[in-house]
Amino acid sequence: MLLEVRDLRVEFRTRDGVVHAVNGVTCEVDAGETLAVLGESGSGKSVTAQAIMGILDIPPGRIGGGQVLFRGTDLLTLKEEERRRIRGAEMAMIFQDSLSALNPVMTVGAQLGEMFTVHRGMSRKDARARAVELMDRVRIPAASQRVRDYPHQFSGGMRQRIMIAMALALEPALIIADEPTTALDVTVQAQVMDLLAELRSEYGMGLLLITHDLGVVADVADRIAVMYAGRIVESAPVHDIYKAPAHPYTRGLLDSIPRLDHKGRELYAIRGLPPNLQAIPPGCAFHPRCPLARDVCRKDVPPLYEVSGTRTSACHFWRECLDGRADS
Amino acid sequence: MPEQPPPHEPERAVAGTGMGGAMDLGAREASTLEGAPGGPESTGPVALRSSAASGGRARSLWSDAWRDLRRNPVFLVSALVICFLVVIAIRPSLIAPGNPLTCDLARAQDGPAPGHPFGFDGQGCDVYTRTVHGARASVTVGVCATLGVALLGSVLGGLAGYFGGASDALLSRATDIFFAIPVVLGGLVLLSVVTSNTVWPVVGFIVLLGWPQIFRIARGSVIAAKQQDYVQAARALGASHSRILLRHIAPNAVAPVIVVATIALGTYIALEATLSYLGVGLKPPSVSWGIDISAASPYVRNAPHALLWPAGALAITVLAFIMLGDAVRDALDPRLR
Amino acid sequence: MGRYVARRLLQMIPVFFGATLLIFLMVNVMGDPIAGLCGERACDTATAAQLRRQFGLDQPLWQQYTTYMGNVFTGDFGSAFNGQPVTQLMASAFPVTIRLTVVAILFEIVIGIALGVVSGLRRGRPVDTSVLVLTLVVISVPTFVTGLLLQLLLGVQWAWIKPSVSPEASFGELIVPGLVLASVSLAYVTRLTRTSLAENQRSDYLRTAVAKGLPRRRIVVRHLLRNSLIPVVTFIGTDIGALMGGAIVTERIFNIHGVGYQLYQGILRQNTQTVVGFVTVLVLVFLVANLLVDLLYAVLDPRIRYA
Repeated sequence: MLLEVRDLRVEFRTRDGVVHAVNGVTCEVDAGETLAVLGESGSGKSVTAQAIMGILDIPPGRIGGGQVLFRGTDLLTLKEEERRRIRGAEMAMIFQDSLSALNPVMTVGAQLGEMFTVHRGMSRKDARARAVELMDRVRIPAASQRVRDYPHQFSGGMRQRIMIAMALALEPALIIADEPTTALDVTVQAQVMDLLAELRSEYGMGLLLITHDLGVVADVADRIAVMYAGRIVESAPVHDIYKAPAHPYTRGLLDSIPRLDHKGRELYAIRGLPPNLQAIPPGCAFHPRCPLARDVCRKDVPPLYEVSGTRTSACHFWRECLDGRADS
Repeated sequence: MPEQPPPHEPERAVAGTGMGGAMDLGAREASTLEGAPGGPESTGPVALRSSAASGGRARSLWSDAWRDLRRNPVFLVSALVICFLVVIAIRPSLIAPGNPLTCDLARAQDGPAPGHPFGFDGQGCDVYTRTVHGARASVTVGVCATLGVALLGSVLGGLAGYFGGASDALLSRATDIFFAIPVVLGGLVLLSVVTSNTVWPVVGFIVLLGWPQIFRIARGSVIAAKQQDYVQAARALGASHSRILLRHIAPNAVAPVIVVATIALGTYIALEATLSYLGVGLKPPSVSWGIDISAASPYVRNAPHALLWPAGALAITVLAFIMLGDAVRDALDPRLR
Repeated sequence: MGRYVARRLLQMIPVFFGATLLIFLMVNVMGDPIAGLCGERACDTATAAQLRRQFGLDQPLWQQYTTYMGNVFTGDFGSAFNGQPVTQLMASAFPVTIRLTVVAILFEIVIGIALGVVSGLRRGRPVDTSVLVLTLVVISVPTFVTGLLLQLLLGVQWAWIKPSVSPEASFGELIVPGLVLASVSLAYVTRLTRTSLAENQRSDYLRTAVAKGLPRRRIVVRHLLRNSLIPVVTFIGTDIGALMGGAIVTERIFNIHGVGYQLYQGILRQNTQTVVGFVTVLVLVFLVANLLVDLLYAVLDPRIRYA
């Protein structure tokens, strides 16, 4: 297994109290596999990614417990210098907003080349040549000239390609993409996503794709993990989930997608608001919003039930949900 | 494509410098908090924090700020010091019943004696009495000049920012001109002919050269507020100019003016002392820390206490106002924590 | 870039004339220049009228201003009433003040930035808190008090330096006065550096740099400092003009015969040409420094350069 996350917990100490951002996340990504982590903003998916990558702001953040096994080694026990050598080289990250994520006062060539000079000890000239190659790979026109340009001189889509090129530079085994297309125009989103999927399969990397966009997921993901209030509430192969969700929250998400064949009907919305992470409801965190909620949901935190060999659900009533009785 | 980031505005980066000397400080302090490029908030914890806060009760900027201030020891200490200063400025005889102008040359430069804890200055005046009575000049200059500057600057700046056009362009160029004149030099030139020994020429001078600083702050925040959706909505609903300015814009644009004005108050006090030290601010027989420091400097070797007490009082007063402004700014701008 | 420079240059012109006109008016409000000329006793009317004609003081004010400015642009700043050309005074005074300013700027760069970086990288730690308190104290003590105290301690009590500077005013003698002149700005440089570092530390591109697996040293130097110091550099640049104009207090304390000294003498003797001439040059220095800072800004920040 390339990446295994076990019972990961992250909290933030703020002036108003402790925010429990990640509360026992367990998931895995195999080599060559794409896992999509799906969730609303505030569900803890970005924090999970940052914890895996080792770029959490500590403080105020704090790893509360768990393991992040990368090729069998627990990254959380490594020294900072050992983790640094892994970052960028073995696992890389693509950020959401490429404009703020790229250094405004360095040319893109310098920012790409830095990967080679630092991790591979290349000369600056060789690194520059590799930077041009990379920009070619992600299909940036006139790469040999544009390598001297600054990030703000590129369009949003081109900039995100540069972010992808930077992540691919050292051909890492795992790429974590945090909402890689959210900040882009809809027309450009598909292009960038396609490029990412294509390069992923070409290099045979594992991809951890973080998104709130169900449309993106359907096209590229092999498996889906749905996050709610800092937990993974359902995890399943992509087709299974679309066919029949095993958690009422997943069902709610799927039902709230506008669909052509449902034209004219009122659009479904999950009632209520995501929970306050300083005061997560007892029992199942989703129970105040759940149509299936009963007394047991208010008392007992549901464990991860094994739905099938490849599926899990954190719902006491996953069977009812799977049978489609969630709408009642 | 509007993807261009708002680059740091060079005008803002240079704003507020050039007057030289103390008057510049408020503006510099402001640029300290505004000059750096504001990177977008990091994603994770901030998003969490705001979602967490939305679960609690709604809080306004002001009540939030006040709640912060009450718990801030810096604010409490500086507010106490300032209250004390204001009281002794109004009634110095409460703690120093003597007359600051009654001096005994025979005791010139003497050290502390019973009933005279701070000793005597070069004229044989009681340093304690003079130091206490000196508060009045400083506080009066500070408060009056700040009120004048804030009033003139925010009214002109607010109108210029709101209406824009030719008068805005004219006033903005005028502020450039005032910023180009070194303030201590301006003070020397203008005040050297004044013979009055009241505080008013000094106050007038500070207002004359100080208003551009508040003008810029007020203009900037009014322009920012003007573009807010709720102001556009009020205009679309047919609200009058005066109503939009007073009800919708002013409450939201006033915070930066208050912060800069508080810090400026401290620097105006320092400026008054500097001008008095140079012999063009207040003049004897007025009682002022600047005058006393200036008078004590030639014989500082023999009687350092005559310099140190008024200098200490001056420093504590300026420090109190600057710390107060700092605390208020921190409370009003939580981004900087 | 070229258009940017041209626009800045054009904007400078009205400010230059406005500021010099303002000073011209102020100086004329200052009093009768002739009265100062004749010394203690009053001039007799005939001499006064003759002097007025000689200096063009019988003409309307605006005409005096245009004549004066016309002369200034040919390098003629007029003469002090004792006959010494103002340019001669400048030639002796400006080098001294420039040396003083250079010392002050060096202090701002070396100490101010170093302290700011140290406290910015250790926010919330004891080092940071003590640096912050120190800067507040330095800002709160007016320059003339700092100067007098340092003079008292270093010059008189411990005798490390001479309490007053010789007319040559070598760099060595100007170290302490330079520190005094720089003190308040130095504290601001420290605070600005710290704030700027703090803001940039929270920025996304810094997170990217960490995610790229760069060593901490490289992250701090190449990414964090390179970005954070842009506003600091521009602040220090604009401070040049402010320091030269504000040097009057420091020069008076340490008896330095620079620009401030000459101006002070000029004002005491109501010597209009000296005062206007020196202030004109100071305004010009301020404006040119600001222009250079704007250009430097464009060099340091490509977002401006290509705007």
